[in-house]
Amino acid sequence: MTTETLLRRITDYGNRADPYPLYEELRATPVARQEDGTRLVGTYREILHLLHDPRISSDLRNRRHRERAAPDDEDDQGLPPAFLKLDPPAHDRMRRLFMRHFGPPHSPRRVSALGEELPGIITGLVDGLAGRNRIDVVDDFAYPFPVTVICRLLGVPREDEPRFHVWADAVVASIDPGPEENPGERRRAGQQAKAEMGLYMSGLMADRRGSPRDDMLSGLVNDDIADSGVEPVELVTNSVLLFVAGHETTVNLIANGMLTLLRNPEVLADLRAAPAAMPQAVEELLRFEPPVHMLTQRTPLTDVEIAGVVIPEGVPLSLVLASGNRDPQRFTDPDRFDPWRPDNQHLGFGGGVHGCFGAPLARLEAQLALTELIRRLDSPRLAADPPEYRRNPVLRGPRRLLVDFDGMRP
Amino acid sequence: MTGRDGRIVVVGASLAGLRAAETLRDEGFTGSLTVVGEERHEPYDRPPLSKQVLLGRVPPDHVALPARRPVDADWRLGVRATGLDLEKRLVRLSDGADLPFDRLLVATGVRARPWPDEAQAALDGVVGVRTLEDARGLLERLEAGPRRVLVIGAGFTGSEMASVCRERGLDVVVAERGGAPLIGALGGVLAEVAADIQRAHGVDLRCGVTVTALEGDGRGRLARARLSDGAALEVDVAVVALGAVRNTEWLAGSGLAAGPRGVACDAGCHAFDLNGVVTDDVFVAGDVARFPHPVYEYQLLALEHWGNAVAQAEVAAHNMVSPGVRKRPHLSLPAFWSSQFGVNIKSLGVPSFADEVAVVQGSVEERRFVAVYGYQGRVTAAVAFDQAMWLDFYGRLIEAAAPFPPGFDTVGRPGKPEVLPADVPDPAVLSHGPTVAVTGHLPDERRVTLLRPPG
Ligand SMILES: Cc1cc2nc3c(=O)[nH]c(=O)nc-3n(C[C@H](O)[C@H](O)[C@H](O)COP(=O)(O)OP(=O)(O)OC[C@H]3O[C@@H](n4cnc5c(N)ncnc54)[C@H](O)[C@@H]3O)c2cc1C
Ligand code: HEM
Repeated sequence: MTTETLLRRITDYGNRADPYPLYEELRATPVARQEDGTRLVGTYREILHLLHDPRISSDLRNRRHRERAAPDDEDDQGLPPAFLKLDPPAHDRMRRLFMRHFGPPHSPRRVSALGEELPGIITGLVDGLAGRNRIDVVDDFAYPFPVTVICRLLGVPREDEPRFHVWADAVVASIDPGPEENPGERRRAGQQAKAEMGLYMSGLMADRRGSPRDDMLSGLVNDDIADSGVEPVELVTNSVLLFVAGHETTVNLIANGMLTLLRNPEVLADLRAAPAAMPQAVEELLRFEPPVHMLTQRTPLTDVEIAGVVIPEGVPLSLVLASGNRDPQRFTDPDRFDPWRPDNQHLGFGGGVHGCFGAPLARLEAQLALTELIRRLDSPRLAADPPEYRRNPVLRGPRRLLVDFDGMRP
Repeated sequence: MTGRDGRIVVVGASLAGLRAAETLRDEGFTGSLTVVGEERHEPYDRPPLSKQVLLGRVPPDHVALPARRPVDADWRLGVRATGLDLEKRLVRLSDGADLPFDRLLVATGVRARPWPDEAQAALDGVVGVRTLEDARGLLERLEAGPRRVLVIGAGFTGSEMASVCRERGLDVVVAERGGAPLIGALGGVLAEVAADIQRAHGVDLRCGVTVTALEGDGRGRLARARLSDGAALEVDVAVVALGAVRNTEWLAGSGLAAGPRGVACDAGCHAFDLNGVVTDDVFVAGDVARFPHPVYEYQLLALEHWGNAVAQAEVAAHNMVSPGVRKRPHLSLPAFWSSQFGVNIKSLGVPSFADEVAVVQGSVEERRFVAVYGYQGRVTAAVAFDQAMWLDFYGRLIEAAAPFPPGFDTVGRPGKPEVLPADVPDPAVLSHGPTVAVTGHLPDERRVTLLRPPG
């Protein structure tokens, strides 16, 4: 088959459970031109270079052929794009402002303080599963846990989460690059959901202006942005970004994690005996089954030559992280899940200026969640393999992960 | 004796010495390994000494270099090498012992250039910054709250010292012979930016002057400094940051090409003898080495860069135990970082090897930018202020001898960049050698190809 149809085949739901053979095919061509003009890149070194290349934009307004572009949704509503979709210097300004309330040097304790609350949240969720012999790891655990955490981080009341759930699903569905179903419809639904989330988020922020609580929204609205060039409305769109980015991905990491461990019982046993190795195991998961399979928002600002091929200015460019993570030129025996792999510089969190903002939190969440799940579940096994996957090929993960077990350890 | 056995001696037990010893064992060397170091300490890291340690953020006894692996070696610490006999293959030691070797690595680094007047240098309050002892002493003095500190020399170490003083709220005067701080390393354009940053942080920066004398209070304590412009300054502490002296005296008369500018070697780290012929069994790495870099027209570079010490030590160690066909060249681009006044400065390539410079990303006003340096129409270096994440890209341009000025748009900076004269202090060092490109990524593949003959 021709490499021109790779994107179509990757998006085809029939290949969701195992897209890796397609990635192998992709890696045979350094830059694979698709029928719609999109260029796919799937080799480790080239992806890494492009992530750090200042000629590559994340701002869709730089695409030459608007009709081929992924939905440029915020634009349509007059809302500014979130920093994920901005280039420096606007991106850097906004990211710095948000970082002031998330990580060092201004907020060195934010993640670690949240970290102290995580075990309680996890124990609560796992205790609630007692008395059952089958669970759906996704709905019973992998989803509610990071959502609770991101609500806590931002200061979103947990009771309002169901509303967010619906909104977030609509947003995620709208970035599905697949041609099937009705993309225009999904796009509109996604925009609608974002607008509603934005309104809701502005309400929360208004409550906190002048009366701060211990959460990120309070920090953001009470920060002095007078001469930073940042508009208050940007705080809203970016808080929505954080909310969505902060859990959709982590759900997949935890679910993919359980799936992978249950497929590799020796590793699971090793990790249960030596939980100190869990941080490495999570890094290997981010390589082996990354929650974000590709970055679809890039556009070259000028003709860019990579591996001897020119990617023309203005065309859609997708970096297939999950393929780079399995590149045998970079990782020996790449299709083996091996938490003890040395020098595991995976692409799971992207890289360069847009490299994942929430990585320290995501890592901690996955480490604690997986450690506790494998510690508490007695003889867990997959009820279905492969599991049922979500439609989305970009944020790829199981829709349901049914696991049978004999009982719950204390 | 094969590559993997025999006796190896490493002289110098700091960054380059340690990393070489580790690499030797990594590469399967099973013979006897002896590491000789004049300092009593286990190998430690110097960059924090002028930064976190003096700010009180890292205690001085927390700077040991992390071991990458256990090294089975005989560590002779607190012992100095005093001579080298190439014919008998012996290193002479200060404790009277003679150490026989089959292969030798010279990794004796540099020391701080002392204040030229010995009596003045001996005044209480006159200090350098190179060793752990220096940093301990200086930390104590800074904590005692001196009324005013004088920093002599505004290279990287001097500028970092000034930054530490300001962060501690101390009055500091910086005296620099050149027109601006960091001018030797970065050229005039960026040096002006560095000068603005220093002044904005309250440094009393005096350029184009030299310190002519340090005076005591009659009881052996530093009291005053005199400058070439006639000024007299009351100071409690004077930090001498006048650059470095290569530790090569112990090699005098050995027959190696060793002198004040370092020990010359080839790109495979084999030392040259006095005649310019490479030796088979003597290797050099780290700050003491001078080596030809193809990207810079094969000129001999002497670098005081942490990353260079590590990379060169690894190549030297590899070549010490590898047969000819498996040997590797040391081709990594020079790279250096410094943190001062809240700005992270990173440099890649050789910025002084330039005739022009252009800011290609970010903005100088915001003090976040990337500047690219060019020499005769090709990219030779890049320096970032708080934008280090972009430098690898420019490294690839340097290795490809890409055209200067770069003709493409970058994120956030469309249009052609303004090209300025590089204003490097000594353009006389520039010549007209061949232009090459470095290709390959894995250590075994990295090679040089000729792009343009000299002309
Ligand atoms: C204060 C300070 C800050 C720095 N900051 C940075 C930075 O930010 N970024 C950066 O890239 N680089 C920085 N550097 C430079 C970096 O530390 C050096 O490049 C690195 O230490 C070089 O390692 P080396 O092993 O080659 O030499 P050295 O570290 O100089 O070690 C040589 C060793 O050999 C010993 N020795 C000398 N003569 C003999 C002898 N005859 N017999 C036995 N032993 C001997 C010495 O005592 C010393 O321990 C800094 C250096 C200093 C001093
Ligand atoms: C396992 C979980 C996660 C994975 C795999 C992941 C992955 C990624 C990736 C690949 C990117 C790069 C996007 C690009 O370059 O276009 C990214 C960006 C981002 N992530 Fe994550 N992420 C995770 C969790 C989180 C969490 C918990 C948060 C918030 C707390 C978060 C917030 C963000 C934000 C704000 C960005 C945009 C950064 C920028 O553009 O500068 N992520 N993430």
